[in-house]
Amino acid sequence: MRRAHPALYLFPVPALVLYVIFFAVPTLQALQYAVTDWDGFSASYNYVGASNVSKLVTNDDLFRNALFNNLKFMLVVVIFQTLLSLLFAIFLTRNSRSSVLLRALFFFPTILSSVSVAFIWKFVYDPNFGLINTTLGAVGLDSLKSPFLGDSAKAIYFVAIAQVWFHTGQMMVIYIAGLQQVPAELYESAELDGAGRWAQFRYVTWPMIAPATAIVIAYTTIQSFRAFDLILGISGNPPQPSLDILSTRIYLTFVNSRFGYAAAESVLFMLLIAAVTLLQRRAVRLTQAQS
Amino acid sequence: MQYQLTRRTVLLIWSVLVIVPLLVVVSGTFKTTRELFSSPFGPPRQLTVHNYAEVLGGGQNMAGAFVNSVVVTVSSVLLTLLLGSLAAYGIARIPGWRGWLIYGFLVLGMSVPAQANMIPQYVLFDSLGLTNSLIGLALINIVITLPITVFILTGFMKTLPREIYEASSVDGAGPWRTYYSIVMPLSLPSIAAASIFLFVISWNELLYPLLFIHDPSKRTIPLALLNFQGEFLTDYPLLFTGVIIASAPIVLAYLFLQRYFIAGITAGSVKG
Repeated sequence: MRRAHPALYLFPVPALVLYVIFFAVPTLQALQYAVTDWDGFSASYNYVGASNVSKLVTNDDLFRNALFNNLKFMLVVVIFQTLLSLLFAIFLTRNSRSSVLLRALFFFPTILSSVSVAFIWKFVYDPNFGLINTTLGAVGLDSLKSPFLGDSAKAIYFVAIAQVWFHTGQMMVIYIAGLQQVPAELYESAELDGAGRWAQFRYVTWPMIAPATAIVIAYTTIQSFRAFDLILGISGNPPQPSLDILSTRIYLTFVNSRFGYAAAESVLFMLLIAAVTLLQRRAVRLTQAQS
Repeated sequence: MQYQLTRRTVLLIWSVLVIVPLLVVVSGTFKTTRELFSSPFGPPRQLTVHNYAEVLGGGQNMAGAFVNSVVVTVSSVLLTLLLGSLAAYGIARIPGWRGWLIYGFLVLGMSVPAQANMIPQYVLFDSLGLTNSLIGLALINIVITLPITVFILTGFMKTLPREIYEASSVDGAGPWRTYYSIVMPLSLPSIAAASIFLFVISWNELLYPLLFIHDPSKRTIPLALLNFQGEFLTDYPLLFTGVIIASAPIVLAYLFLQRYFIAGITAGSVKG
């Protein structure tokens, strides 16, 4: 049984054929387009070398704006989504009836489409009739009312909150799976050693769920870069500049028929995601080492 | 004691934050704009289906978009499961580096964001006449979800005991027979889990319809919904009605398939 039946090599072929033609080759072509000035329609184009990339890095305010918006968005989402999902997971680890029910409830927003979530939060934030400002007005706290998405300095943070509402339940489920793997004896012996709740968390739970934390953070980061649908749904197409993130920027460059330049943006986008993911992996490993 | 109080308070607050907006949306579909603005949290004054009739039958043609979404989602989920399970089966049974190479190559696609290759994909699909077509949408859905499907199914099929394969080949069953009469039935739990996942992704997919579809009659649900945004602006009752229609199948399917999902997890843990 060491040698595979030759027919077995046929099984992955249909998937591989589609994947190569429609996924792998286009990914490589993006690298090629990135060094051209192609507009998507002309029969010919010029190779412009690294000039697309150097313009993006040094001299493109729109791209820089989208980059910073995206990083702000990512920072808020990663911090709050990770902390909240861990907190809820700890609170709901035991398989009691109420815990199972609350897990199902907290997970629920995840299955909605991003555009649906965007519409819900558009109403929550509506400056005149929205849920928050209406409630504040009703209890006499008019001074706290905000234009929310109309406040261009803060708009991206408000959308980040919507994203946290959207996906915290999903991350909670990953954490619960991790927490349920921690052997109960570890807690028992920690308790015998006189460890309080915080010490138990710090020296038992946190190191034991490090793999789950790594998954949650990586997943959340990638979601923050892919929040295209949420932004478009909440802000309209095209989105307002204060909500432009990298994925919407690439899309807008593309629909403006600057294929070469958009491809260069997408290559930087991919590199950035890879770099951020690697940095985070190192950071998570460092906090483990300290424990 | 203090811990229990904190726990209950936190869980209560988040429950309210999840439930209240959802209730506002559901009750809002039965309200007029004026009623929603004057009493967003209250129950609707009457259960009128006026908004539903307008969204489904009006110029928006949400009913048509619904049919398109069903066609694209069902065909792409079924074909992805077929192609993905065939590939996963081959990978699980090909020993050594060859199996890993095929696996690694396919699964690598999970880390490529759509924005990275959508431009060449658009050019390719356009040249094949597959933009502005539901077949094109189904095809791109299959392609972008294959990596995760292979990932899920291979993970499961690798946990099946080797003896199953050996016993069936002793019985004279070829690889194909073993695939459909033994491995697929045994893999049903992971197939169910993968199909929920694929269903949600495909039903909610927005980017490619936005790129590919120009003809309003070929819009899928998320694209039709996005179009509401420009059309109705702040007519929230109509936006909310669109949300309910868009979410209904996925919510129902999730409630229904959740049992398979849980069964899948438990069956998967009895692996050895």
